[in-house]
Amino acid sequence: MQEPEYIIRIEDISKSFGDKPVLSNINLTVRKGEFVTILGPSGCGKSTLLRLIAGFLKVNEGQISIAGKVMTDTPPHLRPVNTVFQKYALFPHLNVFNNIAFGLNLKKMPSAEIKKKVNKVLKMVGMTDYEERDVDSLSGGQQQRVAIARAIVNEPEVLLLDEPLAALDLKMRKDMQMEIKAMHKKLGITFVYVTHDQEEALTLSDTIVVMSEGKIQQIGEPKEIYDEPANAFVADFIGESNIMNGMMIKDSLVEFAGHQFECVDKGFGQNVPVDVVIRPEDIYIFDPSEAAQFTGTVTSSIFKGVHNEMMVLTPEGYEFMIQDYHAFEAGKKVGLRIKPFDIHVMRKERSTNIFDAEIVDKSHIRFLGNSFECENASQFAPGEKVKVAVDFKDVVLQDNEEDGMLSGEVTFILYKGNHYHLTVSTDEGENIFVDTNDVWDDGDRVGITIQPNDIWVSKP
Amino acid sequence: MKKNLWSFAGKRRNWSIPYILFLGFFVLVPLILIVYYAFTNNSGGFTTENFRKFWMQPEAMHTFIYSVGVALITTIICLLVGYPAAFILSRMDSHKSRIIVLLFILPMWVNFLIRTLATVALFDFLGLPLGEGSLYFGMVYNFLPFMIYPIYNILQKTDRNLIEAAQDLGANPRQVFFKTILPLSYPGISSGIMMVFMPVISTFAIAELLTINNIKLFGTTLQENIYNGMWNYGAALSVIMLLLIGLTSLLNSQGSAKAAEEGGLI
Repeated sequence: MQEPEYIIRIEDISKSFGDKPVLSNINLTVRKGEFVTILGPSGCGKSTLLRLIAGFLKVNEGQISIAGKVMTDTPPHLRPVNTVFQKYALFPHLNVFNNIAFGLNLKKMPSAEIKKKVNKVLKMVGMTDYEERDVDSLSGGQQQRVAIARAIVNEPEVLLLDEPLAALDLKMRKDMQMEIKAMHKKLGITFVYVTHDQEEALTLSDTIVVMSEGKIQQIGEPKEIYDEPANAFVADFIGESNIMNGMMIKDSLVEFAGHQFECVDKGFGQNVPVDVVIRPEDIYIFDPSEAAQFTGTVTSSIFKGVHNEMMVLTPEGYEFMIQDYHAFEAGKKVGLRIKPFDIHVMRKERSTNIFDAEIVDKSHIRFLGNSFECENASQFAPGEKVKVAVDFKDVVLQDNEEDGMLSGEVTFILYKGNHYHLTVSTDEGENIFVDTNDVWDDGDRVGITIQPNDIWVSKP
Repeated sequence: MKKNLWSFAGKRRNWSIPYILFLGFFVLVPLILIVYYAFTNNSGGFTTENFRKFWMQPEAMHTFIYSVGVALITTIICLLVGYPAAFILSRMDSHKSRIIVLLFILPMWVNFLIRTLATVALFDFLGLPLGEGSLYFGMVYNFLPFMIYPIYNILQKTDRNLIEAAQDLGANPRQVFFKTILPLSYPGISSGIMMVFMPVISTFAIAELLTINNIKLFGTTLQENIYNGMWNYGAALSVIMLLLIGLTSLLNSQGSAKAAEEGGLI
């Protein structure tokens, strides 16, 4: 049989816990020998995806193939994968040697061969002479090495790593990153690595899979993901960015922050609202001159080791983060310029909140599990199924949950130069998107109110 | 003076004084007295005659060996019945298992003499003979919860990640049990064995009531001697039993120390 091109093929899988969807319609292929990182904030479903590949969880829909065989319903002990667990999960009743030899013993391998293999991996992870040690007596970093050794000694087709470095301190983490990368090169097996640390992902991976809210946002090489983020979420999550609302006037001309800029993007159409992303190191900053496309005043300036990080406020009220080797002090007027290919234009994923709704009576409408007063419902019959639209800026958030018609939690914050774009997850599990000038924190509990004249009703 | 009293009461160490006094009067002094009586004769002179008597009397020796046998068999039955029960309980969601754990702990709140008398009445009602069978039934019935609870406790605390790690490394469900779950629950088993074996060795009421005094256990022999004024011989028998119990806990000490640390003991 021919060597399968893809070692892992995930087709259209969905997973929910109870009635809470965790993953929806995930498609992913991993090439043999590839180092793939699944990157996303906590709760995005990345660990669930890994556990589905390992076989600890069962998919609700879809199919998983590993090494050319469909393994959707194969129990974990029959899959050609091994896992390095986040909290190591070393067996406390066994010493280092017997922990590593666990898998080989199950295969009834002769003990001389087991000894040889265990010693080889111990050497590889730099833990020679630790065979007889109790695992409880090891430091976090050493336990992690034993956990990796225990997995790779079985020579799996795929090594799954679930945030293996999350519990280590920064210095140790950096060292281990290098070792894991070197190990991948040496072993030549496929690594699937889960992390929430974007820097770790950029350092280690051949391919990064960015996930958010149970969906894959972008798959690409690290450079591709950094330079050409597919949407505002990816841009914000990977590295620092200035993200603004903009308008694509026509091909190669975009307007944002109150100015028009030449860009290289085409095919969006005319006068289409877009998101614009500019990396802080891509804005040129200099003393005001003819060359400036626009101007601003430095509001803060911090030395960051290699570069200076400055916040610049434009007269139109937009704030930009700029990184440059030259420092401009706070209070100074500066000229700014952005080159066309450094302006990343991306289609907006949404321009307004849309919900399924049902008319209750002439002045009330029901959506998000709640009845709202509504001024625009009179031409619809009670019981009729409709769509409602609520503008991002018309959703009002309150400090007290009790003051709102609904309550929810702020789950994601995007700064857009002159306002914040928030994702608020309601207690019914729906997302509402909000534009606001108020400062909120991730995880804040809020009350949500929508005014009767801000609810727009239309036929589905 | 008043100030001195306050500072005396303020030291937390001093709060233990009442208990230390209690311990001295009701545990330490009686122990010393038992050992003293065991090594003296009626007139108070030193002798090892009491121990020799036990050694020479086949009847006492026989009762002793029989009692150890009963304790062993009871412990084994409790373990065989209790482990699966504890295992099933630990796999249930905690809401359900807590109710069931309460249900089998509940009879423990009733005095065990009353429970045992009720068992006698039950055997009478069902027309079952009282004898060795009813003895084992009574023993297991009385001591089973002491086996289940520590094992359940430790199984419930077992890290699910370890089970997944074993599966991941290629262990089928049987191997997962014998290579991880069982060895990880040894502290609970060891604690359960102690909680059953030691009290069974010294109990006499269950044997008396459930076999109408037909089967004599070591506890009964001991009680009879003391009852009949043979204090020195009775004390010697007590010392022998204490040594056996001490030996059991010594053999178990490593496991039970760990179990106590992890809350395996009740």
